[in-house]
Amino acid sequence: MSDIVLEARDVTRTFMISGGFMKPKRPLHAVNGIDLRIRQGEVLALVGESGCGKTTLAKMLLGLLPPTNGSLELDGNPIETMDRLRIAQTVQPIFQDPYSSLNPRKSIGSIITLPLKVQGDKDPGTWRKRADEIMELVGLPRRVYNNYPSQLSGGQRQRVAIARALINRPRIVICDEPTSALDVSVQSQILNLLQDLREELGLTYLVISHNLAVVEHMATRVAVMYLGRIVEEEDADTLFDTPKHPYSKALLESVLTPDPSLGVPDTHLGAAYPNPLDMPSGCRFHPRCIKAMTHCSTIAPRKIPFGDGHVECHLYDENEGKGMLAS
Amino acid sequence: MTIDTAKAPATMENQEPSPGAMMRKRVFSHWGFMIGAIVLIAIFLMALLAPYISPGDPFDQVLSRKLIPPIWSDSAKATWDHPLGTDHLGRDYMTRLFYGARISLLIGFGAMLISGVIGTTLGVLAGYYGGRVDMVVNFIITTRLSMPVVLVALAVVSIVGSSLTVVIWVLGLLIWDRFAVVMRSATQQVRALDFVTSAQALGCSTPRILLTEVMPNITNHLIVIATLEMAHAILLEAALSFLGLGVQPPEPSWGLMISEAKGMIFFDPWLITIPGLALFALVLSINLLGDGIRDVTAPENRN
Repeated sequence: MSDIVLEARDVTRTFMISGGFMKPKRPLHAVNGIDLRIRQGEVLALVGESGCGKTTLAKMLLGLLPPTNGSLELDGNPIETMDRLRIAQTVQPIFQDPYSSLNPRKSIGSIITLPLKVQGDKDPGTWRKRADEIMELVGLPRRVYNNYPSQLSGGQRQRVAIARALINRPRIVICDEPTSALDVSVQSQILNLLQDLREELGLTYLVISHNLAVVEHMATRVAVMYLGRIVEEEDADTLFDTPKHPYSKALLESVLTPDPSLGVPDTHLGAAYPNPLDMPSGCRFHPRCIKAMTHCSTIAPRKIPFGDGHVECHLYDENEGKGMLAS
Repeated sequence: MTIDTAKAPATMENQEPSPGAMMRKRVFSHWGFMIGAIVLIAIFLMALLAPYISPGDPFDQVLSRKLIPPIWSDSAKATWDHPLGTDHLGRDYMTRLFYGARISLLIGFGAMLISGVIGTTLGVLAGYYGGRVDMVVNFIITTRLSMPVVLVALAVVSIVGSSLTVVIWVLGLLIWDRFAVVMRSATQQVRALDFVTSAQALGCSTPRILLTEVMPNITNHLIVIATLEMAHAILLEAALSFLGLGVQPPEPSWGLMISEAKGMIFFDPWLITIPGLALFALVLSINLLGDGIRDVTAPENRN
């Protein structure tokens, strides 16, 4: 289909980690066989715990890290055939922390117009005008053009980062925790801004987050990631109403409510996040799963299609599970 | 880069002054920085204007007027013709001191520039690329650190002969290690920040990232190390000249002046005290300035 702007097929990224002095290097599978498709105009949210490979995946999608295996396509072009300027025109990131994503030694104007300079934009005379346009679009007052990041508030800085990402009108924007470093009062402003910009500029978002409130607010589709794999992918509404994978359920249950009398939710997940250097056998989630069955520890679950999405869990693989139990 | 600071408070909602204005305020309220800057500027002017302000010629020997004490001594020989007296060959000491400042500053700047270019290049590359590049650079740094500077400098100077140029090059090629070590760790810190990743995602070339994103954020470290190494080079030159392998007579180097006077330390101590004090003032002022720059640009001082 032509409206697929980003496609990942069986993408794997392995890092070789030094095992220590005089010990052989060991592989760490940060991303392990991921399939993703994002359609034009969609907002796909990637959810998962810290260390599950979300950021590694984002770096690969930005062309900053080549995948060890598998293929990535932006707008129908394999990413390895595109030069870095073309990738930069197609996909842009927005980072979590606006205090570290803006160079403190550069003025706001030079930060926002950097993409134009890098792309070798022919007409330097229009840079100021284009910067003014994009600043207005993201809600920045014109007068900050000559200011420095240290003079701006967190919300304003994030707006600068958004302006820098959007000035060349990319098709895809990868938002890595776009609000988690901001004050609560500013978070919703930035989220609404991102929503408005998506409609206005026809953007496609990949939102990386572990804040499920953000995900519910923005996403049209949700992919749940666990230890380098996508264990469930679904329409946002379906996933929030009827999560299938036990891990998705646990994540949804873990959301804190504003009502203190409800206490801290029990996720049944325990504290033990598995060592990614020493992956559990079979289903990676089985040591923490409350519904684990005997064969979960030996056989990796298949990908089971479910309506528009899929889930990787033995609970939904009737045939295989029964066959195993019988034998 | 220049900001209209006069207009800034009126046009901004958060009433913070511009970084330039805050920097100026911190500079002027830092007494170490100010003292260092004033003394260094004075010595610099002394060197620059030596032909115009010195009372005589640095090489002019008048043996009949040798060993005149400075004017503050009780001796009847003291005269305003030679405010700081004369040395054992009857050369005016004040003139030699002024001209000596030229040599010290020249060697300080020269050695600092050479070592700065070498050390910064190695350190920034190691810090940015990491991995194998880092390993190679670390090996080079370790090799360099295992060589005793004075000993190697003595050996090289005694083989190729000694001149001002040789001393500058030898020192410059030997004292880049601190530049490399500090620039490496500073680059590693900056490299991990999101604005570098952002520049990569924008398609910036690596030289552009190094020059416009990384370098501006490590220049304060660079300036501090540069001042330290400049002082270091000046002291090493004095030591080499004292040992007779640095600047050669009759050039008026401060280290050489101390060396030439060492036989008279008990009878005419001012011959050693005056260049010694000059050396002390120069190195102290450079170090005060370096510390001051570190203080006024330190991130914890910001905001």
